[in-house]
Amino acid sequence: MTTSPSPDPRLIATGNNVRSYAQSWGRRVRHGQLGVLPVVLGLIVIAVVFQTANPNFLTPLNLTNLTLQVAATGTISVGIFLVLLLGEVDLSVGSISGVCAAVLGVLVVNQGFGTAAAILTAVAVGIAIGLFQSLFIARLGVPAFVVTLAGLIAWQGLQLYILGGQGTINLPTGGITELTSTFLSPAVWWSLVAAIIVINLAVQLNERRQRRNAGLPARSLVQIALRQTLLISILAAAGIVLSQDRGVPLALVIFTGFVVIVGIVMTRTRYGQSVYAVGGNSEAARRAGMKVQLIRTSVFVIAGMFAAIGGILAASRLFAVSQSSGSGDVLLNAIAAVVIGGTSLFGGRGTAYSALLGTLVIGSISNGMDLLGLNSSIKLMITGGVLLAAVTLDTLARRGRQA
Amino acid sequence: MVAATLEAVGISKRYEAVRALDDAHFAAYPGSVVALVGDNGAGKSTLVKAISGAAPAGEGVILFEGQPVSMRQPADATSLGIATVFQDLALCDNLDVVANLYLGRARTRGIGRLIGWRDETAMEIHANELLTSLAVSIPSVRTPVGSLSGGQRQSVAIARALLASPKLVILDEPTAALGVSQTRQVLDLVTRLKDNGLAVVLISHNLGDVFSVADRIEVLRLGKNNGSFITKETTPADVVAAITGATDDKIAQYLASAERKHNAPAGGPERNPQ
Ligand SMILES: Nc1ncnc2c1ncn2[C@@H]1O[C@H](COP(=O)(O)OP(=O)(O)OP(=O)(O)O)[C@@H](O)[C@H]1O
Ligand SMILES: [Mg+2]
Repeated sequence: MTTSPSPDPRLIATGNNVRSYAQSWGRRVRHGQLGVLPVVLGLIVIAVVFQTANPNFLTPLNLTNLTLQVAATGTISVGIFLVLLLGEVDLSVGSISGVCAAVLGVLVVNQGFGTAAAILTAVAVGIAIGLFQSLFIARLGVPAFVVTLAGLIAWQGLQLYILGGQGTINLPTGGITELTSTFLSPAVWWSLVAAIIVINLAVQLNERRQRRNAGLPARSLVQIALRQTLLISILAAAGIVLSQDRGVPLALVIFTGFVVIVGIVMTRTRYGQSVYAVGGNSEAARRAGMKVQLIRTSVFVIAGMFAAIGGILAASRLFAVSQSSGSGDVLLNAIAAVVIGGTSLFGGRGTAYSALLGTLVIGSISNGMDLLGLNSSIKLMITGGVLLAAVTLDTLARRGRQA
Repeated sequence: MVAATLEAVGISKRYEAVRALDDAHFAAYPGSVVALVGDNGAGKSTLVKAISGAAPAGEGVILFEGQPVSMRQPADATSLGIATVFQDLALCDNLDVVANLYLGRARTRGIGRLIGWRDETAMEIHANELLTSLAVSIPSVRTPVGSLSGGQRQSVAIARALLASPKLVILDEPTAALGVSQTRQVLDLVTRLKDNGLAVVLISHNLGDVFSVADRIEVLRLGKNNGSFITKETTPADVVAAITGATDDKIAQYLASAERKHNAPAGGPERNPQ
């Protein structure tokens, strides 16, 4: 009873050096555990193709524009990620973002609200709408597809109602618009990077120490060093490139901040695991004593919140709220992004980073084609093709996993 | 006689047109194994779900340690100390072994408690210990349960039931997917649980297994109790007869012959209907 578990002889051991990590990684890829690999490769291909076609693509100015373009939809897709984890879909997030933007505009321009109060109210509206819809979904068991489809239509109506005769509300510069026109100075950015690296390293080393003390397999120092190097490279590259223009956009920090926070909550906390459990097997979760209704409710509420924040960011970037805010391709891009990023539509599988990576894929395709002056007809067809390719790849990978 | 850990009386449950349980009764005693047997569709799993709160019964009284309790949801049963291995295992295939063992009760520590930060190290240590003590061979406790073999999954489900130090353990066909030595392990485990004073309910179609560990055997047939046996005082043939309803036929025979006797008083010496 006290003997430590002897490793199963069939378990393929991973040595503590770079070569065997590469081997074990290659093995995982061959067995269909692709993770974020396809989407990262996709981004590289996109970058090469557009840079070849138009040398302005990878310039600091264009990359800054790209991040500003994707921040709003990307934030909405963070909520969609959670909904997809449950194996559900939320079709109302585009409309919710429009309603909340309209509320924001009316409060700021017509009612003279301060920036913070207007933002908080708009976010509260998003949360309330999410809660309202989730009552039907989680309590009454009406399919989310239908409830949120009704929401898609109804909230758009509410948006038109709120905007009334005005049609378009122009936001004054300063206040709300600063969300997307503020850029971090190099000093601020590099301090932020230093803080992230230090915290991350401390957490990883602490975890490694705990696990080694407990006699559990732990990450080797080589592995930790590799991960830190990768993280530093990404953050440094972003800082160096974007600082050549106006600096790292605050909107990008907000969006990626949400992705990271949601990622941590989902992988490390009881709440996050309960969402994965409900998405994986909700009956098992229920029998294990989880409050399944509450968990489902919370996810739709969070999706409403992120939709509101996305709507605010979009209004901020466009300096205006109009009848078309939140309509058009906002919803479809938000869903497509998460799926392209590798989150399964069937629930229970995926990481928050799929929202970030998928949003970058969709955003850069759209941005690149604008640069080339391509018609939006071509843009739509290509985006559809990429989505189809991503889902096909995921399906084939899953088949590899089962075989 | 010792007080029953759990006693269920007059349990009825219907699913639309089916009377899955009809006035069934059932009891489990500390330090004792009771086997619940019956043909497919007899209502065994339905009874288990009623006792464990997974699917509450429509009618009936459940007493836990002599007190009437209401089993409205699974948490009611677990908080009393009832642990169940469901026939369908109720595992989340997308989560790893540790997460499944601690499903719904992940450990936290210190200030992490405030935000529900999971204490993975503690859970992984304990998971390894538990699985080793059950002689479960799983390559890594970080493997998603969906990629384990059927027997390994069953072992994980059993291990999960034991994690909460229950007073009553209900095992719904725990050995259905297990190999010879794993079945032996589970039966040994059942005996060990009983020796530790737990009440154990074992559902199995394998009468060999039932006779090797059970103290009592309760038979369900078409949603009703159809016989209660002390293992030592009965034979597999009697139990089989109760399961298949051969006893019904005997009663029918008896009634028929009694009627014959009544109608034909001048008849010759009767054969004993038993
Ligand atoms: N969710 C349900 N909906 C409708 N009918 C059900 C449901 N669950 C069980 N039943 C019916 O109730 C009866 C008893 O089923 P139960 O699962 O309890 O049988 P069992 O004794 O466990 O059989 P087995 O040995 O095959 O596991 C069956 O006739 C079954 O069809
Ligand atoms: Mg059954």
